[in-house]
Order: sequence, then structure tokens, then C-alpha cells
Amino acid sequence: MEHSKNRRNFMATTVQSIGLTALGGMLWSGYTDSVKASPLVLRPPGALPEVDFLTACIKCGLCVEACQNRETNVDKETGKQREGTLIMAKGGDPLLIGTPFFVPTQVPCYMCEDIPCVPVCPSGALDFNSLLNEKKELDINEASMGLAIVHKESCIAFWGIQCDACYRACPLLDVAITLEYQKNDRTGKHAFLLPVVQDNACTGCGLCEQACVTEEPAIFVLPNKIAKGKAGDHYVKGWDIKDQERVGNAQAIENTTDISKRDSTDYLNSGEFE
Amino acid sequence: MNSIKYLLLRRTTQIGILFLYFAANAYGWKILAGTFGTSIIFETIPLADPYTALQVLATGFVLGTDVLIGALIITFFYFIVGGRAFCSWVCPINMVTDLANWLRRKLHLDKEEVNYRFLKRSARYWIMVLGLIVSALVGVAAFEIFSPITIMQRGIVFGFGMGGAVVLAIFLFDLFGVKNGWCGHLCPLGAAYSIIGSKSLIRVKHNHVNCTNCMDCKVVCPESQVLPMINKESIFVTSGECTNCGRCVDVCKDDALEFSIRKLI
Repeated sequence: MEHSKNRRNFMATTVQSIGLTALGGMLWSGYTDSVKASPLVLRPPGALPEVDFLTACIKCGLCVEACQNRETNVDKETGKQREGTLIMAKGGDPLLIGTPFFVPTQVPCYMCEDIPCVPVCPSGALDFNSLLNEKKELDINEASMGLAIVHKESCIAFWGIQCDACYRACPLLDVAITLEYQKNDRTGKHAFLLPVVQDNACTGCGLCEQACVTEEPAIFVLPNKIAKGKAGDHYVKGWDIKDQERVGNAQAIENTTDISKRDSTDYLNSGEFE
Repeated sequence: MNSIKYLLLRRTTQIGILFLYFAANAYGWKILAGTFGTSIIFETIPLADPYTALQVLATGFVLGTDVLIGALIITFFYFIVGGRAFCSWVCPINMVTDLANWLRRKLHLDKEEVNYRFLKRSARYWIMVLGLIVSALVGVAAFEIFSPITIMQRGIVFGFGMGGAVVLAIFLFDLFGVKNGWCGHLCPLGAAYSIIGSKSLIRVKHNHVNCTNCMDCKVVCPESQVLPMINKESIFVTSGECTNCGRCVDVCKDDALEFSIRKLI
């Protein structure tokens, strides 16, 4: 009697433990999944795509420390360290806690030639190989942290006022941001000097965003996933050999439908309508 | 002996290690850079937290070799030498929960440990396994998103933000909620180190001939279930849940407890 009572208790406790564990697991999974949703954040150079980055980053902060203590980050007048670009996400920041990011309006990425932040990454969240150029050298210009977007309505250059602050601030001068000349029809005798971001050259460093003179920057960097569309494999530039290579491995999906063996006139005589 | 020798040694070690981490960011020192997730000693020897590495591996991501080597170094160190010493000699949350525990004794909040039906000391092992499962399901190291240990450490190195609330919550939970609630019942990292360190060489040894059965050691011990031999047998504390904090050695007035090296059979 006592024995079966013990067994019943044991069974009940086991079932309850498993149930509570499952409940905890679901709550925990839900919370974990929700903190993954932080697409509006700029990551260090060479970072894997956001979802993979969140998986891979071990939150050690070595990239942030390398950025903070890089040799070029010394104030020449005081000889002291200036604030680094990369910051570690704290509790309350709208992204996964402990991961590195930067805010261009505070401190943009200065695109150090030796890229101190990337080789120190122990986990592989910052991909060294993605920053190698054709000569297999480490090249910060290969970085693609985001894409600068110009908001034409608030950009005073589009009003006709002469401003090339972003153009001048860009580390890839006249490559990543070019100036387009247009006639100003309103006055009839002036020109617009319009900043145009070149998608294939812009690294997303944010120096333009920081340099922008308007109250809220009219040029700002967005993560690639947010800033860029994608035409997909259905659309190919038939006049561009390089673009055709993009879908070189595409395989057509062929559907075959058996054609009825009966003559098309048969069905009238088959008795179906008699 | 009744001293605070090991307590002072532990606090010195904890604060010293935290300061080295802090200086790596603030002054660019290279002695110990990074955080518990992965650290680098003198830019050459990697160290990594084995449970964090396991969580990332559970997501299916192939970690860099530095992290894997670092995790192996840490695992071997605690497996062979330290036992669960990370918890009491390195972890910054230990200072928070020790303070809560000390206040609890001073304020005479329940001295005896209440036996909660579903908050047993074994809960941490369930949480440890659950953390790996959730990591695999969601694709993010699951414990690391709210771990008060790394939040406190990063807070000290990089600034707290709202993260201080988590540390305060742990303090209040341990003070007014469950005695030894976080470190002794919930923390999956402590569970991982309990398993890793269960066979380690450095152990507390009890000499029951000297023991006067005053039970000071059991009162002060954060894992008092590891001391069943007090005044019964002259043996080593063999449970992996012992954090090697040495508080029992400190408070024992009869020289009945001492650190020693366990003989491997």
C-alpha cells in the first residue's frame, strides 16, 4: 500500500517536473526569439548576416576593446583615448544584449586600414575572409556594414542650396557618394549638386550621416537588409553578361502534364452529353 | 582558526580579475582582455566559458578554434585542479549573493533552508539542459541573453545600462526570496561547473577528531548539502557542488576543516 503510494507520488512529481520544464522552455524560447528581432542595427565590419551574427557572437567584447584602444584613436591635444566607435549593447538597448554595434551620429566607423576589430574575433561572427580584396589583402573598403540613403525632401542640396558635406566626409571620396549636376528650373540659372550614393561602393561607415548639416540627418545608414531590395532570379538583365552569371546555376522547374490520349472531339460522342 | 583568510583571498582574486578585464577596455592592457565568453591572456592564450561555447555549438554554428581551445583549457583547469572554484573565486555575482546571504543571517531571515517543492537544488541541472535545448531551437545562446554573470561583468567593463536591474533582482531574490536561490538552485553555469569540477584534486578535508559539532560550517556554507560528514567521518568533501570557497575552513574554530589535495585512487 505504502509502496504504491510512493510510486504514485513519484509519477506525479515526474510528470509535473516535465510539464514545468516544458512550460519554462516555451517561455524561455519565446523570450529568446523576441530578442532576435533587432534588424535596425549596424554591426562591425565583416559581420555575418544579422541572424547568423546573433548565433555566432559570443559576446566577448574583444572587437569593442580593439576599437576603443586602437592607436589612431588618441586625441592629439590631450593624448588621451577618445570614445571608440563600437559599443556593447547594454540592458535597455533595443538589441541583443552584449553584442557590438555602432551609432553613426555618435561615433561613425573611421574605417581603419588595419581593421583592428575583425582579426580579434574568436568566434567567427566577424568574418575575416569577407574583407579580403582581390589581392587577398585585408581591405576595409570591402566592408558592407550598411548602405547610406538620402532623404531627398530634407536634403538641402535637393532644395538648391549648395551643400556637399556628406560628399566631402565620405572616405571613398567621389566613389561611394558622387555629385550629380542638374539644372535648377526654378531659378533657371543655377545648378543642383545632388549627392548620389553608389550602392556597390558604400561601406556603411556613417561618416556622411555624422557630417550631415540638417537637424536630423538627411543622409543616414541603414542595415543592408533594410536598405536594399532584391529583384530575385526571375528578373535578369539580358544585356549584361555579369548579371546573367547570377542565375547561371538556376534550374528551370519543368512541369509535365499528360495530354489526354482521347481525340478532342471524342468527348462529344463519348456519351457524356447524351 | 576562525579567520577570514580565504574570504579575503577570494575577494582579492575576484576584484583583481575584474579589474584586469576593466583595464583591458579602459587602458588597453593586454593581460586579460575580453569577457567570460572568451578572454585572451597576453594576446596569446585563449580562455572561454565551456557552457557558453556549448550553447553556441548547440545552435549548429561552428565556432572559431580560439573559443574551442579556450573552452578546453578552462574545462581542464577546473576538472583537474579547481573544482567549482569559478563560482566562488571568479564570478562577480558571488559577491552579490554572498552579501545577500550575509544580510540574511544578520537580519535573521529564515536561517533554515526551506524545502520548496519545485525549487530544489537539482533545478539548475534541468535549467542547464533546457538552456542547450532552447539554444538549439531558437538559434541563439539562450542563457547568455539574461545571464546576470556576464551582464554584471560587462557592466563593470563596458557600463551597466539597465542591466543593473538584473543584478539587483538576483540580490533581492536571494535576500528576501529563496536562501542561496540563484547560485544554489537556479544558475545553469554553476551546474555546469559542478559537473566539470566533480573530480578535481583540490578539496576541503574534514577531520572529525577535532570537530566539536558547533555547526558553524553548515550555517555559513552556501551548499550545505555537501557537508554530510561533519562530526561523523574524516573524509574529503567529494560533491561537485562544493564551490571551494573555503568559508567553512575560515569559520572552523577547531581546525577540523582544511584544504587538501585529494588522492586519486
